[in-house]
Amino acid sequence: MTGADTKKEVIFWGLLAGIFGLLPVVSHNDYHLIMANHIIVWGLFAVAFNMLFGITGMLSFGQALFYGIGGYGVGLMVKYLGKAWFLPGMAAGVLAAAVLAYLLGFLIIRVSGVFFTILTLAFGQLAWQVTFRWYHVTGGDDGIQGIIPPGILGNKVFYYYVCLACVLASVWYLRSLSNSPLGLILRCVRQNPARVRFLGRHVRRNQRRVYVISSVFAALAGGLMSGVDNSVHTNMFYWTTSGEVILMSVLGGIHQFFGPFIGAALIKIIEDVVGSRTEFWPLIIGLLMMTMVLAFPRGVVGEFQMLKARWQWRALERARRG
Amino acid sequence: MEPMLVLENVNKAFGGLKVTDNVSFSVMPGEISAIIGPNGAGKTTLFNEITGHLTPDSGRILFKGQEITGLHTQEIVARGMGRAFQITSIFPEETVLDNVRVACLSRLGQTRRSLRSVGNFSQATEQAFAILESLGLKDQAQRPAFELAHGDQKLLDIGVALGLEPKMLLLDEPTAGMSPDERHLTRELVKRLWKEFNLTLVFIEHDMDTVFGIAQVVRVLQQGRLLAEGTPDQIRSNPEVITAYLGEELA
Ligand SMILES: Nc1ncnc2c1ncn2[C@@H]1O[C@H](COP(=O)(O)OP(=O)(O)OP(=O)(O)O)[C@@H](O)[C@H]1O
Ligand SMILES: [Mg+2]
Repeated sequence: MTGADTKKEVIFWGLLAGIFGLLPVVSHNDYHLIMANHIIVWGLFAVAFNMLFGITGMLSFGQALFYGIGGYGVGLMVKYLGKAWFLPGMAAGVLAAAVLAYLLGFLIIRVSGVFFTILTLAFGQLAWQVTFRWYHVTGGDDGIQGIIPPGILGNKVFYYYVCLACVLASVWYLRSLSNSPLGLILRCVRQNPARVRFLGRHVRRNQRRVYVISSVFAALAGGLMSGVDNSVHTNMFYWTTSGEVILMSVLGGIHQFFGPFIGAALIKIIEDVVGSRTEFWPLIIGLLMMTMVLAFPRGVVGEFQMLKARWQWRALERARRG
Repeated sequence: MEPMLVLENVNKAFGGLKVTDNVSFSVMPGEISAIIGPNGAGKTTLFNEITGHLTPDSGRILFKGQEITGLHTQEIVARGMGRAFQITSIFPEETVLDNVRVACLSRLGQTRRSLRSVGNFSQATEQAFAILESLGLKDQAQRPAFELAHGDQKLLDIGVALGLEPKMLLLDEPTAGMSPDERHLTRELVKRLWKEFNLTLVFIEHDMDTVFGIAQVVRVLQQGRLLAEGTPDQIRSNPEVITAYLGEELA
């Protein structure tokens, strides 16, 4: 990384920690707090998803599977064993997601491109069906209500800061990963898998690796969310949830590490602002996405950097002439 | 001395088309040799078989005395086989430096490290810079690879292979698509790399100045068959080769 990149990175982390860290101090509005909590948790989910898509080039349409497992890990433990099991439930959900992603990886990472995408979708929907139908265990379409974190975690503001700490630490780890040798190999897998084999590296093995990593953080996001909403619902497994992180990533820009996080914030804000005025908000989001993909394919962050580069270039030209 | 690479009666057909027809030859350690032949003679296919990208229908391939027929590319590469491609094969969005560095990291077994950023891996980084220096690409180290000129991309492809510190290096038409000046430079470069990195080097080439300028041994393929094998002088005066191939080239 060059010096300018490092500076930008520091500024970004500063802004992220500053804005979300100070929010509960500035505003005592519960609604704002929940909104901010949704943004950071979805932000983590989207960044984790983009490790697969933007970095490694694997379009999973089924990350909701792991998000749901994270949520129901907490939900089921609290429902059957009591609220003291909130944190162990979160650990169990994350662990279950890791094991499942590892096993599923052998099954579905033998095919590439659209076949991989369809298989992830199929397994996600399968998990949704099971959760939906298995009423006496999962509560079916009723979901699980009354998931209150124990002790001081039950305090909304405290819980928010715990989420923020988890999200920042996780995003920090994923950022380090993307700059590391493993991240480099993953980007190489996207750009030229045939050549990766000629580096003596296994393409599928690295794809399975990132599939597990991405799924673990999706599950963590699901677990955290159960405590924000105090409930889990079968929607967490539904394909629209998988679709939503894709939209967030594309909107923010899949080739910028922080793009999906920005995209998550934008989508949540749009849903909120537009959703309170009209029930047609999915239509608005749809139109927005079409515009983005057709007119601004680099995403918000990508287009912004493009504009800046162009502006700097022009300034340079002017300086040269003048 | 034990040969570096041995092919024994290697055969390969695509449908009814024989592309490798009972090919046998040995490459001695430290040798620099060329494979020539008309388009479609099966030269690239031969490289694909040696590197495990394709499996021969029959026959054996030995590398450093051990059989490698049917092994995966990864295993053959790990034993010290390097390759650059006829159609340039690099990582276009990564920097020139990272293209080579990823190969160095791979050789050092550090590609599973996920916490520290690539710049902190000093051994790989220094080695990558040294390779870029040899290739004359050091000034462009920080540019994304897709921005490089065609000729420089071909060199970078070789750089990626060198990052693995191969014992043996296969180059598929290193001067293809280059201007006569660039060709001349690349010819000298290939010869220098061969010495500098102690390679056993085999290159496929259509440019006869390059072939007869630097190869110690020349092998001629035609329709999948090994038509002739010998020193440049022997090949140049071989009547069969002249009729089949060189006639048109030299005329
Ligand atoms: N995977 C494949 N499937 C079917 N046919 C193939 C395949 N690869 C190569 N061929 C055919 O095999 C023959 C030999 O191809 P090859 O690429 O080895 O030739 P070459 O000697 O490298 O030629 P050139 O000098 O043009 O690069 C050609 O007729 C080609 O069309
Ligand atoms: Mg060829």
